[in-house]
Amino acid sequence: MILASNLTTPDFGTIVWTTIIFLLLLALLRAFAWKPILQAIKAREESIKGSLESAEDAKREMERLKADNEAIMQEAREERDELLRDARDARDKMISEAKKQAREESDKLISKARTGIEREKKMAINDIRTQIASLSVEIAEKILNEKLKGSKEQNDLIEKLLDDMDLKEN
Amino acid sequence: MKFRYVFPILVITFGLIALTPVEAEGRQGQTEQTEQKHEATEGHNEENEKEEFSAREFIFDHIGDSHQWHIFTMPDGHHVNLYLPVILYSKSSGFHIFSSKKLSHGNTHENFMLAEEGEYAGEITELDAEGNIKEDLPLDVSITRNVASMMFVAVLLLFLFIGLARSYRKTGVSAPKGIQGFLEPIVLFVRDDIALPNIGEEKYGRFMPYLLTVFFFILFNNLLGLIPVIPGGSNVTGNIAVTFTLAFFSMVMINVNGSKAYWKDIFNTPGVPWWLKFPIPLMPVVELIGVIAKPFALMIRLFANITAGHIVVLSLVALIFIFDSLAVAPLSIFMVIFMDILELLVAFIQAYVFTLLTALFVGLAVQEHH
Repeated sequence: MILASNLTTPDFGTIVWTTIIFLLLLALLRAFAWKPILQAIKAREESIKGSLESAEDAKREMERLKADNEAIMQEAREERDELLRDARDARDKMISEAKKQAREESDKLISKARTGIEREKKMAINDIRTQIASLSVEIAEKILNEKLKGSKEQNDLIEKLLDDMDLKEN
Repeated sequence: MKFRYVFPILVITFGLIALTPVEAEGRQGQTEQTEQKHEATEGHNEENEKEEFSAREFIFDHIGDSHQWHIFTMPDGHHVNLYLPVILYSKSSGFHIFSSKKLSHGNTHENFMLAEEGEYAGEITELDAEGNIKEDLPLDVSITRNVASMMFVAVLLLFLFIGLARSYRKTGVSAPKGIQGFLEPIVLFVRDDIALPNIGEEKYGRFMPYLLTVFFFILFNNLLGLIPVIPGGSNVTGNIAVTFTLAFFSMVMINVNGSKAYWKDIFNTPGVPWWLKFPIPLMPVVELIGVIAKPFALMIRLFANITAGHIVVLSLVALIFIFDSLAVAPLSIFMVIFMDILELLVAFIQAYVFTLLTALFVGLAVQEHH
């Protein structure tokens, strides 16, 4: 039977074994477990800290680069705008010059054509006039020839002509 | 790697100690108390109905130490025990190592006998030529149930934490995986919530191995004590010798690392009238009592908490046999489960408190100035 008093009396054998087991456990765990574990945890914590710091650095660098990029972009945009404006101006100038030249050319051509037409017209009118004169003489000849074939007709005509003349004189 | 061999050697040693003496034992000597107790535990007490059930014996048998480890009782009443080695040193006949089976049922081996009653109840005694018990007991350094339990915990801890240490070689600095996810938070808890705040940034590293070992040793022994079957069931951290040894190591850790300021506080306490120190050194005596009282409190606290828990659980189980009625069983079992859950919490709290107070005292001792 084990008495209650045994519970509060440390047993020598148990003390000896506890000491041996505990010290052995402490030595083994210290060498093969706690040191590598704590080192590994520390290494990880440091790597996390380092990673966070470098991430922060990278973020800052990114922001700087972004700002730089923005400036470069702005510059490029301005340059582009300028180039575009220059190009537009040059184009406008070229177009207006070409227009002007074309107008002058066309004006010159038109006036030349006009004088040519005028001359041709005059020549044509003169031609028509001479032709009309000769045609009318011819027609008159033919009519007269036709009309003066019979005496009656001739007389009638003379009569008529004479009548007309009388009327005109009055 | 040297430590590759450490683990197998320990396993083999422990295995040899543990496994060789396992033997099924026939039922003989119904009147023997060990039998009765095991009967009571396993609920096979129908045959012993005439003999009165002793809750006191039942409880003290379980919270005390023993030279054998009960494994189970077969349906026909045979007990299967693990007979642990008995190691004795007698002044007259020197060292003796033999299996505790040879002392079972009151047998005598090499003139040694396990006293069952009287002055030396529970102790191994040496008999003289006439068969009388000798006055001076042989020194008993047997591997008892508690010692075997501690060995098991030590092997378990080595296996777990050397495995954990190895796993870091694989995972490197990446996120914790597998067993790391379970054990690492506890290790970090000991470091960040026990060691760092109490000892301080510069000096905590030196004490981490001790604090971690003591924490996990107590925690695993506490938890194993809650398991009623082998390899659990022993009351290691509720054994005064074990808590005494652990508290003694804590005392060594505290005082060996004491700073000049710490010793000055003890022998020449500042802020105290001189006549309290000279000619009668009242304050130094009080302070020296404090040096002893701190680890003494550690020893008693752990011992009392764990033993009390075991006693309450066993008492609740004993209710069934005291009332000798199955009707009590549901209530009793419900209460036991409740207590076991509470004890689970206590297992953590006591490991935490022991480690925390050690760290606190160490922190106070290593402080250079106030």
